Amino acid sequence: MADHAHAETLALREQFDTAEQQKDASTLGMWVFLITEVMFFGGMFLAYTIYRNVYPTVFAVASGSLNAVIGAINTAVLLCSSFTMVLAVRAAQLGQRKAIILFLILTLILGLVFLGVKAYEWNEKFQEHHIPGHGFHLEGTEMQGQAQLFFSLYFVMTGLHAAHMVIGVGILTWMIVLTAKGRFSADYMTPIDISGLYWHFVDIIWIFLFPLLYLIDRHMK
Amino acid sequence: MTEHVDSVKTYTGIWALLLALTGITTAVAYVDLGAFSVVVALLIAVVKMLLVALFFMHVRHSTKLTKLVLVGGLLWLLILIAFTLADVWTRGLIGTPGR
Repeated sequence: MADHAHAETLALREQFDTAEQQKDASTLGMWVFLITEVMFFGGMFLAYTIYRNVYPTVFAVASGSLNAVIGAINTAVLLCSSFTMVLAVRAAQLGQRKAIILFLILTLILGLVFLGVKAYEWNEKFQEHHIPGHGFHLEGTEMQGQAQLFFSLYFVMTGLHAAHMVIGVGILTWMIVLTAKGRFSADYMTPIDISGLYWHFVDIIWIFLFPLLYLIDRHMK
Repeated sequence: MTEHVDSVKTYTGIWALLLALTGITTAVAYVDLGAFSVVVALLIAVVKMLLVALFFMHVRHSTKLTKLVLVGGLLWLLILIAFTLADVWTRGLIGTPGR
């Protein structure tokens, strides 16, 4: 019975009238955080848009040097991870503990696959001398400085996205441990739900990064 | 509690749609649409964002307050982008006094 009482206090904190109110407050709080993230990434998307307009030809050459097929595959991997994540949240809504763990682990694996592919891509950039700084060289353009600007934006944007993925992997691991400990039930699964919001948000950022970095100047090659 | 539990079928449908849109946006990128390639790419990205947000992030079941905060947030993003671009793109149009 002591365990049960503990579970109940976990389910409803005293400052809330109902579990539903508590859940709505958590969801709203997470969305407010995600909006600050939208503004954070928004600034970088804006910087990219401005410089792409100032130096369209060199940005097209630089963008064309990225591997669009690998980018598309990674997009698919991330979308699959969002799918398994939403299934984990659904399992949590239904209180199916084993299914939560299974789907969270699948999400984790897909997240790690994405990061692995990203690491492969970055390694390719090292070998091709496409890292801004000393020894940088991009074929097909005279404007090496502006080409470095593209790759600086590329590395900052995909790097910060990858950093969010790494944090997401940490959150998923934590959720798997908590689920295994039996902390969640159909009545209380807010942390799984909130983690899902974070994971899907990181997915949405990539949904915009992929076409903007890899695709939009591809037809000019 | 009034949790909306969507069916696996709904989620599978959305997932298939998202993968299809990824394929389409990649394929279309190799077709020369001129200036429209950006428009098409962004349009597809926005549709994908809406699918993820409305279905996977349960926005369609969210409270009105959450929806309002979301729309408000996107409005600020629009202000950031629109006002900055309005500045940058019009700098050459009028002379700068003192220069």
